[in-house]
Amino acid sequence: MEKHITLPLTPELAKTLKAGDTVYLTGTIYTSRDAGHKRMCEALARGEELPFDPENTTIYYVGPTPAKPGQVIGSAGPTTSGRMDAYAPTMLSVGARGMIGKGARLPEVVEAMKKYSGVYFGAIGGAGALLAKCIKSCELIAYEDLGAEALRKLYVEEMPVFVIIDCEGNDLYKMGRAEYLADKK
Amino acid sequence: MREISVHKITEVIERMCIEANTQLPGDVKCAIETCRACEDGSIAKGVLDKIIENYNIAGQENVPICQDTGMACVFLEIGQDVHFIDGNLADAVDEGVRRGYTNGYLRKSVVADPIRRGNTGDNTPAMLYTEIVPGDQVKITVGPKGFGSENMSQLRMFKPSAGLQGIKDFILEVVEAAGPNPCPPIVVGVGVGGTFDKAALLAKKAIMRPLDQRNPDPFYADLEAEMLEKVNALGIGPQGFGGKTTAIALNIETMATHIAGMPCAVNINCHVTRHKTEVL
Repeated sequence: MEKHITLPLTPELAKTLKAGDTVYLTGTIYTSRDAGHKRMCEALARGEELPFDPENTTIYYVGPTPAKPGQVIGSAGPTTSGRMDAYAPTMLSVGARGMIGKGARLPEVVEAMKKYSGVYFGAIGGAGALLAKCIKSCELIAYEDLGAEALRKLYVEEMPVFVIIDCEGNDLYKMGRAEYLADKK
Repeated sequence: MREISVHKITEVIERMCIEANTQLPGDVKCAIETCRACEDGSIAKGVLDKIIENYNIAGQENVPICQDTGMACVFLEIGQDVHFIDGNLADAVDEGVRRGYTNGYLRKSVVADPIRRGNTGDNTPAMLYTEIVPGDQVKITVGPKGFGSENMSQLRMFKPSAGLQGIKDFILEVVEAAGPNPCPPIVVGVGVGGTFDKAALLAKKAIMRPLDQRNPDPFYADLEAEMLEKVNALGIGPQGFGGKTTAIALNIETMATHIAGMPCAVNINCHVTRHKTEVL
């Protein structure tokens, strides 16, 4: 199904999204990848606060190219989510609910998603120029020394994503492939 | 003896890094568009349409096709009658990468140390390969390589008894294990033979070869076609959402090897397969 939703991603909203849905996201999201997640989880372990309030947020796994003069942001497609698997259950446990990336997730991430009503969205990998068009503002909020990996707050409009794994654990990667192979027989 | 200033090398590498990252080559576009025409699934078709829209935007606006503008793989085939002047060749290549990635607003994705990390800030060093060939020309190939796909690549040292079937099974095993991670549809580069290191280099060279050029040996050209079909029968599909198009091309490069071995490397590349070649 095609759905147009406005963030933040509350548990109620998360539960309406099903694996295989095409979703257009509008609202505020935060960017982070390997190094940013490592720092955030280390901060949480020390009992410190995160650079943003994680409640009902959606985190985009992206390291954009530098903006050219006149651009809000450079090309900004998703990176491989599996590298954030070590940190995702911790982030979900403090209230972060949506994740945008690409590629497979570990069973422990899916279990945490079921527990905390998390949703894993896929953006089209390698479509960085196209996805950048949906990003209307970009503000660096922490870890500036990490360059492309710094934490950024983005405002997106009608950002096209797919629900890959929903909060019941249904997985588009498994469903889509099984459906194709069944049709071919 | 033909003299070439290394400043010329810097200038050409700078321009090639920018062009390679913003303009998808015609052979890759053609392969993607051919696959789009054959897809039937609505999600698969939709994904391929977005991929085409993306490289068109990048080309028109001169922005990177993908935010992972990669490590700069640079291949130099240097005629033995060339004499480089005005400086050190490797430094000149790195300077070209530094300027290209800085002036072209490309992402700096290189860390100075594999374990201790630390971004070098300018995407250097280049992954530089030089080869001495006859003549007085220099053939330069620049192929920015993203790591979503690089991370899904594998190498195995087979016993010769594994034979052709062993290689076929391995290619499918690597693509299956990669699944949705390397941003399918992918390009599969296979290197067979040589030593441990040469097999990996052959696989890298395979993804630098234009996708519409088959291996000149009919045995391997047939194997490329057969394995592309088998990879696509896996059903992984565009972005892993299921469909006909798991790979848009499969290139195989081979060379002699030892009586005791059969090394095989499979280098995976994404649909943003960037390769650009120029001759000086």
